[in-house]
Amino acid sequence: MSNRRVVITGFGTINPLANNVSDTWNKLINGESGIEKITAFDTSELPVSFAGEVKNFDANEYMGKQNARKLDRSSHLSIFATEEALKDAGLNSEERLGPNVGIVFGTGIGGIGSTEQAVRTFDERGASRISPLAITQLMPNSSTGQVAIKYGIEGPSLTITTACAASANAVGEAKNMIQNGIVDMVIAGGIESGTTAMTIGAFAQIRALSTNNENPQEACRPFDKDRDGFVMGEGSTVLVMESEESAIKRGAQIYGYVAGYGASTDAFHITAPAEGGKGAVDAMQKAIKDANLAINDIEYINAHGTSTPANDKNETAAIKTVFGEQAYELDISSTKSMTGHLLGGGGAFESMVSVLALKNGIVPPTINLKNPDEDCDLKYTPNTALNKTLNVAMSNSFGFGGHNGVLVFKKD
Amino acid sequence: MEVNEVFEKVKHLFVDELGIDAEKVTMEAKLEEDLDIDSLGIVEVVMAFEDEFEIEIDDEELTDVGTVGQAVNLLHSKL
Repeated sequence: MSNRRVVITGFGTINPLANNVSDTWNKLINGESGIEKITAFDTSELPVSFAGEVKNFDANEYMGKQNARKLDRSSHLSIFATEEALKDAGLNSEERLGPNVGIVFGTGIGGIGSTEQAVRTFDERGASRISPLAITQLMPNSSTGQVAIKYGIEGPSLTITTACAASANAVGEAKNMIQNGIVDMVIAGGIESGTTAMTIGAFAQIRALSTNNENPQEACRPFDKDRDGFVMGEGSTVLVMESEESAIKRGAQIYGYVAGYGASTDAFHITAPAEGGKGAVDAMQKAIKDANLAINDIEYINAHGTSTPANDKNETAAIKTVFGEQAYELDISSTKSMTGHLLGGGGAFESMVSVLALKNGIVPPTINLKNPDEDCDLKYTPNTALNKTLNVAMSNSFGFGGHNGVLVFKKD
Repeated sequence: MEVNEVFEKVKHLFVDELGIDAEKVTMEAKLEEDLDIDSLGIVEVVMAFEDEFEIEIDDEELTDVGTVGQAVNLLHSKL
């Protein structure tokens, strides 16, 4: 069973750039930014006033107020992305998917907005006024459960909370589940909706965020000498993953193959990457080996590339350790320069980007890369997309906690 | 307060606070079957009643409440 190949047959996404796959892709290859002034709440007390918010989405309109008010925003976005992914994969979202379909979602901080609301209510009005929905909205597995209920997903379910590596780990674990013959199909995805006042304030306190309030669209500048932190983003991206035989049997389109997965842990510091990116090196090497490929097969890397001083320098060093001289030939980009950091939603989004890069033969750019850093001296596809026939891509995701998840995708 | 006034206030809560379609909210409507209010939803409804009418409702008082009309009559009896 372990020889089963795993394919992707559907994508759905809602993110700071757009609320569908094709507009998202077009904006990415045109180098457009989805970062704007925050509209959801008053930022006057915060050191950071911008983020990548999802736009033009009204949950009340989408699912009706009676349903929408029961769910955290993270579940609104997850259900939207799942619905789109199922349609894209040619599945009937009105029918229960049943016991041969699993679900693996990744999230960093789950229903943090609902947590904040419940704490406010408790402080202001006491325990007897806390919403009876609070627990079901704030628990990190809330979206996994809500999506499973809506689509009748009865196979195994997992919610992975490895911070910014969460949905890379989700895609990887989903691949293993299918490869090992546990189920034929997994709905794998990432979700984050943590662009709330407290969360932004808290990330700002650890100096993780860019404070370029004057030019939000230029704030996220991965690998640039003047980078000053990441930009918060929100969104959900869902992949329909299945065994190749299952996809062929039902005549589904095949976007590409999830060929390799490597995971590791720094076991070093709760936020800082290990010097030289040792954990990242291990995860990349494992992913290449898992795909039965050699380093010179890798052509494109969708980097973690957060735009923090520490990540971009250490990720660059890690890529050099893994690839040696070939590191200088690889096409690399950080699409976070356009979406911001989707935290637990990043790995799934960037899996989609990596596969679309293979399918379309285009490397999306790293925007805002104007003044190269001498510690970051690889080919990061600055500012303009690159047309190039590609066969194999890698996607890196590294999270607070020292969690590393790396995926390798093949076109065929 | 008259029974029909209580009903109007209850209807307003169901529609504006809970997002339930106005035409579904009748005295005869069953909370669970017709209005899709589950066990968690009942707790919300009770909290909304308590806030709106400035009363307290014990769990035991809800045992026989299955329709909007029964809820309205309970509230009316407590005002």
